[in-house]
Amino acid sequence: MIGEILSVTFITGLIGAMMRMATPIIFAMLGEIITERAGVLNLGIEGIMLMGAMTGFLVTLSTGSLWTGVFAAALVGMVFALIMAVLVVYLGLSQHVSGLGITLFATGLAMFIYRLYFGSPTVPPIVKPFSRIEIPLLSKIPILGQGLFHHYSLTYIAVLLIPAVAILLYKTKVGLKIRTVGENPFAADTVGVNVNLTRTLCLVAGGALMGIGGAFLTLAHQNMFLLDVIGGRGWVAVAMVIFGNWDPVKGAIGALLFGLVDGLQLRLQGLGLHVSFDIFLMIPYVITIIALIGVSRRASVPAALLQPYRREDKGG
Amino acid sequence: MPGAQPVPDSTKGRYDLPAKTAANDTPVIEMRGITKRFLDNVANDQIDFTLHAGEICALLGENGAGKTTLMNVLFGYYSFDEGSISVRGEQVALASPKDAIANGIGMIHQHFTLVPTQTVLENIVIATRDEKRFFLNLKGARKKLLDIQKQFGLYVDPDTRVWTLSIGQQQKVEILKALYRNSSVLIMDEPTAVLAPQETVELFKTLRVLAEEGRSVIFISHKLHEVMEISDRVVVLRNGKVVNQKRTADTDVKELANMMVGREVLERIERQVVEPGEPVLEVNDLNVLNDKGLEAVKNFTLTVRRGEILGIAGVSGNGQTEMCEVLFGVRGAETGTVSVGGQPLRLGHPLSSVRSGLARIPEDRIHMGLLMDMTVEDNLQLENHWTGRFARNGLRKFDEIAANSQTLITDYSIKTDGKDAPAKSLSGGNLQKIILARELSSEPEVVLASQPTRGLDVGATEYIHQRMVEEKVRGAGVVLVSDDLDEVMGLSDRIIVMYEGEIMGEVAGSGADREQIGLWMTGVKS
Amino acid sequence: MIRIQLVKRTPLTGWYRVLVPLLAVVTTLVLSAIPILIAGGNLWQSYYYLFYGALGTRFNLLETFVKASPLIFTGLAVAFAFRAKFWNIGAEGQLLAGAIVATWIGMAGGSAPAIVLLPSIMIGGFLAGGAWAAVPALLKTKLNVDDVVSTLLLNFVILHIMGALLFGPMQKTGASWPISEEIVEAARYPILLARSRFHLGIPLAFAAVLVIWFINSKTVFGFRSRAVGVNIHAARYGGINTTSVILKTALISGGLAGLAGVGEVAAIQYHLLSDLSPGYGYTGIVIAMLGNLHPVGVGLAAIFFSIINVGSQTMSRMTGVPSYISGVIEGMALIVMLIFLLMNEYKVRVVRK
Repeated sequence: MIGEILSVTFITGLIGAMMRMATPIIFAMLGEIITERAGVLNLGIEGIMLMGAMTGFLVTLSTGSLWTGVFAAALVGMVFALIMAVLVVYLGLSQHVSGLGITLFATGLAMFIYRLYFGSPTVPPIVKPFSRIEIPLLSKIPILGQGLFHHYSLTYIAVLLIPAVAILLYKTKVGLKIRTVGENPFAADTVGVNVNLTRTLCLVAGGALMGIGGAFLTLAHQNMFLLDVIGGRGWVAVAMVIFGNWDPVKGAIGALLFGLVDGLQLRLQGLGLHVSFDIFLMIPYVITIIALIGVSRRASVPAALLQPYRREDKGG
Repeated sequence: MPGAQPVPDSTKGRYDLPAKTAANDTPVIEMRGITKRFLDNVANDQIDFTLHAGEICALLGENGAGKTTLMNVLFGYYSFDEGSISVRGEQVALASPKDAIANGIGMIHQHFTLVPTQTVLENIVIATRDEKRFFLNLKGARKKLLDIQKQFGLYVDPDTRVWTLSIGQQQKVEILKALYRNSSVLIMDEPTAVLAPQETVELFKTLRVLAEEGRSVIFISHKLHEVMEISDRVVVLRNGKVVNQKRTADTDVKELANMMVGREVLERIERQVVEPGEPVLEVNDLNVLNDKGLEAVKNFTLTVRRGEILGIAGVSGNGQTEMCEVLFGVRGAETGTVSVGGQPLRLGHPLSSVRSGLARIPEDRIHMGLLMDMTVEDNLQLENHWTGRFARNGLRKFDEIAANSQTLITDYSIKTDGKDAPAKSLSGGNLQKIILARELSSEPEVVLASQPTRGLDVGATEYIHQRMVEEKVRGAGVVLVSDDLDEVMGLSDRIIVMYEGEIMGEVAGSGADREQIGLWMTGVKS
Repeated sequence: MIRIQLVKRTPLTGWYRVLVPLLAVVTTLVLSAIPILIAGGNLWQSYYYLFYGALGTRFNLLETFVKASPLIFTGLAVAFAFRAKFWNIGAEGQLLAGAIVATWIGMAGGSAPAIVLLPSIMIGGFLAGGAWAAVPALLKTKLNVDDVVSTLLLNFVILHIMGALLFGPMQKTGASWPISEEIVEAARYPILLARSRFHLGIPLAFAAVLVIWFINSKTVFGFRSRAVGVNIHAARYGGINTTSVILKTALISGGLAGLAGVGEVAAIQYHLLSDLSPGYGYTGIVIAMLGNLHPVGVGLAAIFFSIINVGSQTMSRMTGVPSYISGVIEGMALIVMLIFLLMNEYKVRVVRK
């Protein structure tokens, strides 16, 4: 057994599994970071991912085009994020309760629509999922090559999005505006930034990424839609945002670690090792809770998170 | 030329104002008949205000006189109900700060609009809108910022994160932010309130440089000697109206103080002389920090006797709030002791204050004193719901509670739909009566009332004054903290004046010299 | 340009407070017509079977109560916590904590009589749920950790603890899937009505409604927890020990959720299994909001949800509208209720510029 675990095939496979398992979390986590950086906590994430997974699957099944499915998943994520924006940005409702409401609603709707289309078939419908792409030369690197450079295109996109989001946030004017809206909306307003519009756009952009993260699970990771396909990955993404201190790169490292534990579990089960990995799977949550201690005193949490912004609060 | 941005003259590397137009005497800003209403009060009532190029104009008035509201209107942050605004002779619509900025108006709020986690440069760059680039041009911005720093002598390291800067340096960043967008009008809301004396001197130098360049400054303040020192012209606001304006050279501190606070006394309070008894409140060497960690109360020592009203006068924000919070039990002190009726208070422990025989009438009644979403009765019960009279074995005695509520509502003539009406349905005066009823019905030894009539109408004000006097006659020691000088002078047997956390002086209540007190209030020692 | 502004107004009180959730329920039911029509269901037939399926026969009616029991407990748990502004999103985890301890006591019960075992599993489950809720309450009051995120994450921690137990020490001998041994007969809730599953947990849930109503409205503690929820600064100013109030609130809230878990083990499943709860804890949040955080409102909202859940099964069989419509209706109910509550505080003003 030990020999098998230390084998090159196993390690290569493990790296590959890590990347695969981390992909949906990276998408969702980046979406949540953009949203939270603008001052909105989107707890609708779990439901939005499920809607994305369902929509992506459904559209691909009916059009035969995987990318159309991905596009549709992004679109439906944006729609739900827009509902969230109406509730929390324009109506100023509690971000916590509204987000959970979106999750409940989207979850119910996803299951409802799936059943509407497929009933309860004995053999679940499947799509022909994305196939993995080998990157020439790089994939020939011993051990690592097949693990890192033989993946679905969505995985490559997720990896490329990490620096892209980091650059967007730290190096562009748009990013500076987003960060200012999340830190001090009053300051943003006084320099002429439209606070509520910025927040809405960030929610919508984040929703698209969450939707794509969900679609990855039904169009690449698996080839079918199961009701528990998300399995708390949305909450993991929220946890990774905190774990990574609202930084895309650190958050991605967290997502990869999570993917590693998840992948290890799958691989070991694949070897016929029937042990419970629940203790392992618990670790990321515990670490995140520990990371939450003192987070209110750390500079990294967007200072205006959870606070609706209204200019003339004295009435009018 | 509203809307157009002045173009930096790159040959000189300076950021100058656009060449002055031929109509040099056209006011830069002209506000006509501005009226701004909030739900139930008029914050600005038909205000006319003009500003010329190169002028430093002080906007003087008490807190709540409508200065900041007027300037927020000019900055496009508030909409207004009536009136018009012209910039350089052309009428403009200022629907948001964006429009004000485009018209060269910059405002530095009392609470800075900086992001503490970002660098100085990032905080400044967000203000620009001239470049249509996607990426931040930090290199170019840094060069421009350094040029401006050199030109105006305002040096702050561009790469420092703002939270590490002192308040004075943060203010420089705010000024740089405005200069970076080439604001020709700079509104500064109480800029010296948070500054140390040396920093104030520096700020004034900067403001003079700006004025010499042809920029205009609006300086909002209630500190008279500063207004005298820095401004060319003073506009005095009171109760949302312009009461007077003068060239600074033609006036003096005494006249300004009169214009600012000297309104006619409407009510005549029957002064009742009672022979003061033994000391009942003793505050010894209290030193208190405010929320920002700055010294708010310094070496504060005070004795109050039974049967007297001690008035504490002073402009808001000179440590009165923090001093009261310590006595209320919600703020700790660095050093010092407080005793009520000979028993020491456990500072920072609200229950200790509740049980000490101290009646607490807080300044911020809505956020601190009351449970607005609960009923009148609940509010009357806040401090004694657990006592043997109202509860046994953890169960509340509703008959007793209801009877008590009825009695208090009647005794204090609280206008309400009943004891079960939500507190938020009551008017300000009746809310204050709930607090009075709660605090005074137990016949306290000391009454500490902080701004007890702020925002109240004349009737409620008179009622509260009468109650204060009754408490004194009954034999309580009464402390009245107020920034309304008439109130303090009309009620107090003794008056002390607080300025920057210290006691400036003490006078007897009857026949007190108003001008003397006014001077102490503005920090002039004599 | 037209701008829409929200303007604060004096909230309506008294009967309107009862009207708000009622209007929300009616609106939700009307909105439910949209998914029903999309699913191709006949509108009146669908509504008929929805209610007939839940209330039309003796068995279905009692089954509606069976399904309402855990929802009442989790709804009360959330409502009690929210009232003191302790944002307990963790009722799901506290339910599982209660279920784990109840199962453990029930498995280890041996030959002890019901009179000993029944109180033991209830108290054990209550304490376990309370303890699991005390963790985030302590983190909130002592270390300033956001309670929403911590309670949410602790749900997954306990889920995995349960997984580890079900694959480990608690696993049924010989089983290869996550399931525990059955609890002994004496530890099971008695069935109170023949030919049904109407069990002890149902009257217990209604008793809990009364107890919570009593605590809220009659006790010093109820007064304090409400004061803390309404304005924690004023509560502290008034001399209330806010930390202690939040901790005690968490204990009771978690305990109630724990009792929901006890009921599922002791009256429905008789053993612990990984999908013990179909999200009762999360549904409890919606029920608490819909019940306007009032215990009686929670009871009614839980029964309403139970009607939707049970009735949608019949509706699905008879009209082909998927039973998952219940999830859609629940989600809509929460969002509608949130908006209705807001409209009680604000009015919408359209400004033309």
